[in-house]
Amino acid sequence: MDTTKNIKFNVQSLNLFYGDFQALKDISFTIYENEITALIGPSGCGKSTFLKTLNRMNDLEPNVTLHGSIQLDSQDINKDMDAIELRKRVSMVFQQPNPFPKSVYENVAYGPRINGIRKKAQLDEIVEHSLRQAAIWEEVKDRLHKSALGLSGGQQQRLCIARTLALEPEVILMDEPTSALDPISTMKIEDLASELKKNYTIVIVTHNMQQASRISDRTAFFLLGNLVEYDTTIKLFSQPSDKKTEEYITGRFG
Amino acid sequence: MASQKINTLSSSKNSTFQKIKNEYFWRTIIIACGLFIILLTLGIGFFLVVKGTGTFIRMHHTVWEFLFSSDWSPFDSTTESGGGVGAAIYIFGSISTCTLALLFVTPFSLASAVLMTEITPNAGVKLFQPAIEIFVGIPSVVYGWIGLTVLVPFIKQLFHPKMGGYSVLAASIVLAVMIFPTITTVSADAIRSVSSEYRKAAYGMGSTRWQVLYKVVIPAAAPGILTGVILGLARAFGEALAVAMVIGKTRAFPADILSPTNNLTAAIASDMGNSANGGEQNLALWTMALLLFIISVFFIFLIHIISGKEKKKHA
Amino acid sequence: MHNSAMKKRIAKAKAVDSVMTKLFYLIGSFFLVFLLVLAGYIIVKGILGFYPELLTFSSKGIGNQFFNTIYLVFLSLVISVPLGVAAGIYMAEYSRDGKFLTFLRICIESLSSLPSIVVGLFGYLVFILLTGAKWNLMAGALAVSILSLPLITTTTEDAIRSLPKGFKEGSMALGATKWRTISKVLLPACLPRIATGVILAAGRGFGEAAALLYTAGQSTIINWSNWDVTSSTCPLNPFRPGETLSLHIWAMRTEGSLNPNAPAIANFSAAVLVIMVLAFSLLARITARRISKKSGGQI
Repeated sequence: MDTTKNIKFNVQSLNLFYGDFQALKDISFTIYENEITALIGPSGCGKSTFLKTLNRMNDLEPNVTLHGSIQLDSQDINKDMDAIELRKRVSMVFQQPNPFPKSVYENVAYGPRINGIRKKAQLDEIVEHSLRQAAIWEEVKDRLHKSALGLSGGQQQRLCIARTLALEPEVILMDEPTSALDPISTMKIEDLASELKKNYTIVIVTHNMQQASRISDRTAFFLLGNLVEYDTTIKLFSQPSDKKTEEYITGRFG
Repeated sequence: MASQKINTLSSSKNSTFQKIKNEYFWRTIIIACGLFIILLTLGIGFFLVVKGTGTFIRMHHTVWEFLFSSDWSPFDSTTESGGGVGAAIYIFGSISTCTLALLFVTPFSLASAVLMTEITPNAGVKLFQPAIEIFVGIPSVVYGWIGLTVLVPFIKQLFHPKMGGYSVLAASIVLAVMIFPTITTVSADAIRSVSSEYRKAAYGMGSTRWQVLYKVVIPAAAPGILTGVILGLARAFGEALAVAMVIGKTRAFPADILSPTNNLTAAIASDMGNSANGGEQNLALWTMALLLFIISVFFIFLIHIISGKEKKKHA
Repeated sequence: MHNSAMKKRIAKAKAVDSVMTKLFYLIGSFFLVFLLVLAGYIIVKGILGFYPELLTFSSKGIGNQFFNTIYLVFLSLVISVPLGVAAGIYMAEYSRDGKFLTFLRICIESLSSLPSIVVGLFGYLVFILLTGAKWNLMAGALAVSILSLPLITTTTEDAIRSLPKGFKEGSMALGATKWRTISKVLLPACLPRIATGVILAAGRGFGEAAALLYTAGQSTIINWSNWDVTSSTCPLNPFRPGETLSLHIWAMRTEGSLNPNAPAIANFSAAVLVIMVLAFSLLARITARRISKKSGGQI
């Protein structure tokens, strides 16, 4: 595979159990810096579960056991790193837009504030910068201090992305970020993702094959907890090497 | 039986008629019961207003005097009038004990609500919830009795106040214990109903649990918590016998929290039975009851305003 | 540099988090322990002061008061349960959403937040002064009914509203009338939940004192061999004065000098009340659990 890029995540023999149920089976692969990696597969295939392990959100669920290693910049995230620190470097955007019931400004300022930034001028700057990066500044600049719950679903999702950007993470995990949105909002988020990969590494879970092929550099296909195939997006969608991948991307099941 | 078989048509007609009559009968009873609740509430309000305004209408005192004067020397007879009906001491006694109780208990209630919902939800359901339910049920006289036999001597021993342990402090502590379950349960419900999406988002950004609670969950639950605090305050305001047993029933403004004083409910409880019906003192006590009624209705409106605002925000 | 500063901040945030968590544990467990110790203290102290005469139906015992308490709560339930259940049915099935229902709800909320002493005064005015009667159990029962009415009404309404739609539709589809549907299908289905509410209301009734101060009165003269219901010393006459256990505690507070046994009587009464409250809340819990078992946690 391509070796000119830096490796961001290195996952080795990852197994995950919910109680007795094995949700991930021996997953190994690498995620590269400044790329968009798409995770696809039918629902229940383990793609979202896998995404959560990358910033240890699975810690918050009971009865989860995990074996294997996940390295971020050659550091084991489960052994050498603190979950709080990890989540600041590897942040997550969820399927349902989930702004806090606070003003637009306070939503974006949340991350910097919990990191000890208190100066108004500095916060203002971070908020504006993050909102601009998330391509929503123009739409909300006049209502920064009104409740974020008054925004449309698409705007809320971009606000959530801005909220994540304000933390200056290295990696952004997106869990089906457009599945609750209309087509126009979806386009905006996709454009945004393509723009953001210049500075960030993005891992996106999607059930939408077109979306994966449109925006991602590499795609991983999950099925029943197995990683069936992982390749550059172009290759995987044009010449899949596994029969099941072909069946899935051509829409024969899933 | 036989005649029914022969004349099926008329019997079915008859039973339909019976059915409708039956239906109509029960419908009337049910609606009457619904109306009865409204009439009862209005009736209570009406009687209290009629009795409670006697001080102002029949005895020609001013509302101002009743609320802000501390000269309480009403005549206890139906023929004389012209004494003082200033209830300021009682009103101040109610306000000061309730405010103190609230100050004491709110931090503890909040902390317990957080513990039983966010930190150990399992123990919360199995241990805290049943324990709290039981303590809602403990009769207020029992709280008062414990206050009288344990707390009052304890305060006396600890601080040696001049008038013994009967004090604003004792009343506030008894009230605080009594309203602890109310504030805790309502706050816990409010915290529980905060969308887990908010928590997910905050944890996903690397917040610690305290940060999630302090910056996201508690602000989101604030209206519900406030409702709990108001309900607690309402209960404290209306509590009579438990307070009466420990407050010292002294008609004077308290010099400090270790001094005894009196409050609205204790005054009504101890003096109403001894006052001549329709006399000046009797009517002034009714005015106090009216004041309590107004306060409790006011609290209900306050809660409605808060929940109304909340609904608007989310619409 | 950025990294080490961040690490420091995280360390600080985690330290604060762990301090706060410990604080929450401390406060929460303090109250739990405090409440349990309180209940234990009341019960143990009551039992320690026990002497056999406490169980007698005389001035040295609390038998009469105990009987009065049970009888009064029974009378109050006879009044408030039919009324409350009917009003709950009205709210769930007969009323239409709108200003009237909102007003009714505000009335119920106001009733439930009414200080019990105010309800007691209302009872005093209407059931004693206006009827010209003396303190009596029935007046007390009526006052307690006013206090438990809101709880029974809201429990009934919630119970009916939380039934699956299919219950009602199924019955109506078979041609049953509305009242038949309510009485034969809906009410039986939510009977356990209503029972839970009634048990809670009864538990509260046992402890009520302020509302009885000027209605049921603070004296009791019962002749246990007199079974003429019209006589004022007959135990079953609802129109005789009847001091309840909780009022007895209130009265004992001032009788220290007259009756050397007063503290022991009050302690024992308090213990009996607390045990009754415990028993009733346990009963309510068991009833509630039965429901969720029966319905497989569906309702």
